[in-house]
Parts: sequence; C-alpha cells; structure tokens
Amino acid sequence: MVIGILAVQGAFIEHEEIFKKLGADTIQLRQKNDLDRHFDRLVLPGGESTVQGKLLKDLGMFNILKEKIENGMPVLGTCAGLILLAKSISNDTRAYFQTLPVTVKRNAYGRQLGSFHCDGEIKGLGTFPMEFIRAPYIENVASGVEVLAENNGKITAARYKNQLGLSFHPELCNDYRLHKMFMEM
Amino acid sequence: MDEKQYALNRELAQMLKGGVIMDVTTPEQAKIAEEAGACAVMALERIPADIRAAGGVSRMSDPAMINGIQEAVSIPVMAKCRIGHFVEAQVLEAIEIDYIDESEVLSPADDIFHIDKTRFKVPFVCGAKNLGEALRRINEGAAMIRTKGEPGTGDVVQAVSHMRMMNSAIAKITAMREDELFNEAKELQVPYNLVQYVHDNGKLPVVNFAAGGVATPADAALMMQLGADGVFVGSGIFKSGDPAKRAEAIVKAVTNYKDAKMIADLSKNLGEAMVGINKDEITLLMAERGI
Repeated sequence: MVIGILAVQGAFIEHEEIFKKLGADTIQLRQKNDLDRHFDRLVLPGGESTVQGKLLKDLGMFNILKEKIENGMPVLGTCAGLILLAKSISNDTRAYFQTLPVTVKRNAYGRQLGSFHCDGEIKGLGTFPMEFIRAPYIENVASGVEVLAENNGKITAARYKNQLGLSFHPELCNDYRLHKMFMEM
Repeated sequence: MDEKQYALNRELAQMLKGGVIMDVTTPEQAKIAEEAGACAVMALERIPADIRAAGGVSRMSDPAMINGIQEAVSIPVMAKCRIGHFVEAQVLEAIEIDYIDESEVLSPADDIFHIDKTRFKVPFVCGAKNLGEALRRINEGAAMIRTKGEPGTGDVVQAVSHMRMMNSAIAKITAMREDELFNEAKELQVPYNLVQYVHDNGKLPVVNFAAGGVATPADAALMMQLGADGVFVGSGIFKSGDPAKRAEAIVKAVTNYKDAKMIADLSKNLGEAMVGINKDEITLLMAERGI
C-alpha cells in the first residue's frame, strides 16, 4: 500500500513516520509531477489551511486530487486537512475540495491559548488521546455522514464514504489506531 | 506552564513547519502576507532594517497595532518582546498572542537573564546561533528555536553559519559515547537530559526555523536544504520592490526547496530585492545579544 501525503506545508513527516511503522510505503506530494506516481490513499496533514489550499491551486495539484477523492480514493484529513475537505467553512469565505458534506468552524477554540489536550471517545475505537491545536470543529453534517467523535457537544471526527476528517492530531500521539483504521478503509 | 501545555506549544510549531513566517507592520501587510501563503505573521512596528536605521531603543510594539493585525488575519500572529522583559511578555500573553519571540532584534532589557518562559502558558520562540544557546533557551521553556542570523541586513551569511554550527554540534553529539555526554552538558551549560535527547534523536527537541537575512527564494531554499524546518523572512519582503510576488515566490521555494528548476522560475522578474548591507558594514551585531 502506498500512501500519498500532501507535503506542501505542515506536519506531514509525523504522519509519514507512523505509516512507515505500520508497514505502508509513503510518498510526499509537493508538486504536480508527484501526482503522476502511484499511490492508493491520500493524507491531508495539519498545518495552515490557507497556505496548503493556496499552494494546491498554484502548484496545479488541486483538480487532480479533488478528482481522486471524488473517484473514491480513501482520504484522511487532520485539522487543516479537515478544513480542506469540508463543504463549507462557517467563519471563512474560502472553501477547498468541498468533498466532505460538513460545515466546519476554523480556529473554533480561539487562539493558541485555547489549544488543549483531552481524552475522547471514538466510535468503534474507545478512548483516544486528542490534541487540539488552534483546531476547527464540525458544526453540522449532512445526512449520510457518520459522526465518530464529539467533545463537549462539538463534532471532532466524522466519516463519509471514503473520507475521514478529524479536528485533532492522531499523528502527534503514540496511538496508531486511527491510522490503522484509515489503512483498512 | 505544565507539560501538556508545553507539548501543545511545541506542536503548534510543528504545524508551522515547511512554511514561511513574515514580518508585517500593518494590517494591510498582514493580509498581503496571508494571501501570499505565510503560515504565520510577526507583528512589529518596524522591520529590522528600519530598526537598524533608526537606532535608539527598540521595544515591544503597541498592543493596539498588534490587535489590528490579529483581527486582519486568520493565521497565527506572533510578536516580539525584548530579551529578559517578562512584563512585555505578560502583556503579549494578555492580548492572546499565538507566539512570543523573545528577540535580539529589539533592545535587550536584561543583560544577563532571559525570561523564565516556563512561567507562561503562551509559547515562545527564541534565537540561537549555536547548539548551546538553543538548548539553554529550550531549558528556559522555549517551544521553538530559530537561527539568529543577522536581522535587517538581507545578508544570509550569518543564518547559514548559525545553522551549520548547530548541525555540526548535533552531529558531534550524536556520534559521542554515552559517557561523554556528561562533559558535553557541562561544556554547553545545559542539563544532561537535553544533551541526551540530541544524542538519541539527532535533532533538537523543538522545531528549528531559519531567520535573519533571508531575502530571495534561493536564500530560503538554501536554509531548507541546510536542514531548517521553515523560514522567517523579516525585512526581505516588505523592503523589496514587489512584496506580494516575492512573498509568494519564497513560500513556493520553501515547499519545493530541492527543485532547482522551479526555484529558477520563481526567481524570475521579482523586481528589486532589498538593498542589503553586509555584516562588515554594520556596527551593531544583533546576534551578539542574549547568549
């Protein structure tokens, strides 16, 4: 299995290290040419969604990746990655792939002083350590979207067909169950 | 700051990796920076080149001016306080800045002591020109390191030298026998556990950006190829002829720092680079502040 990890900006190396430990091959997607290489799954890492979204478009990667997601390629979006996948952003006029029918709120917990760690419940996995860093949450989901986790009444993980979107950062903890779950999607 | 908060603060720096943090002095500049792809902005009243030109005492920026920039953009906003000036840091924390740069670019407020950054909840980035300085700042609670370089010069030589010094010291420690680490800790004037971390992992325990003198896409890519996790650009953007275009080009050069053909294209027709002064022409070496 080859996992393509968007590597235009952000915490992509953290994902790469975990997938390697789990026995998958990974490639970094930094420019259009990289998309010609074979990969079966796509990871959109944490970072700044404004930067990643701009670079995806400027570097000619956006339409190709959007088509892959629409054609069913499994995709994992964490934090900024969730924002890139979301149908709409409630507090921003920007939108990116719009393949995941949810509305997210950016920087929903405020600035860095609002960042926090907690243990939350994930449907089918149980208790999971969650790092929220200037994180978004999901304000509402369309029908057909499965809510996997909620913290204090806010949706922080959701799955829709081939897409898994998370507000938090499983790549920053030593618990690889979500990465495994993604590899089995 | 408890361990969990310190982890969150280090992790915010991880999210900035592969990105460019740009100095801005107005909300308009902040918007240009965000639109050009900055992963964060540094709010300050005067960019280093102008601080250098103005001379005198350089202090924390007006909180109202920082607030204006916080309202203008959605990306993280950083601001500088003077070395050792823990009340300026308290003020910046009170206005919910995302990162404080305890910076040698401003006039130091204390010629011996840095801020005890472990007493804050908000994260700090500090400059360092070698591994000892970097580990001392980390021991004081810094969650991110940057090279000092020589700010406001447009001359990359000092940033290169600082990055290389750090890399070679890390390589040396990585190759050491375990029983040699105690003496290394003594030499560097840092706790043993930090030296041990470097020995075991071959890197700093926090993210390390390049700063101080980056002016062109090739400068930024040079620092990335030398191992920087990302780049600060201070005077280099808004002291140049076409800031938006140069900012975009530097962002893309950081993402594709190994692709010389792309960097060649990005470097075309950028207009005037900042004029620059080299370190032999200046009387004030900011990198010598706070060691």
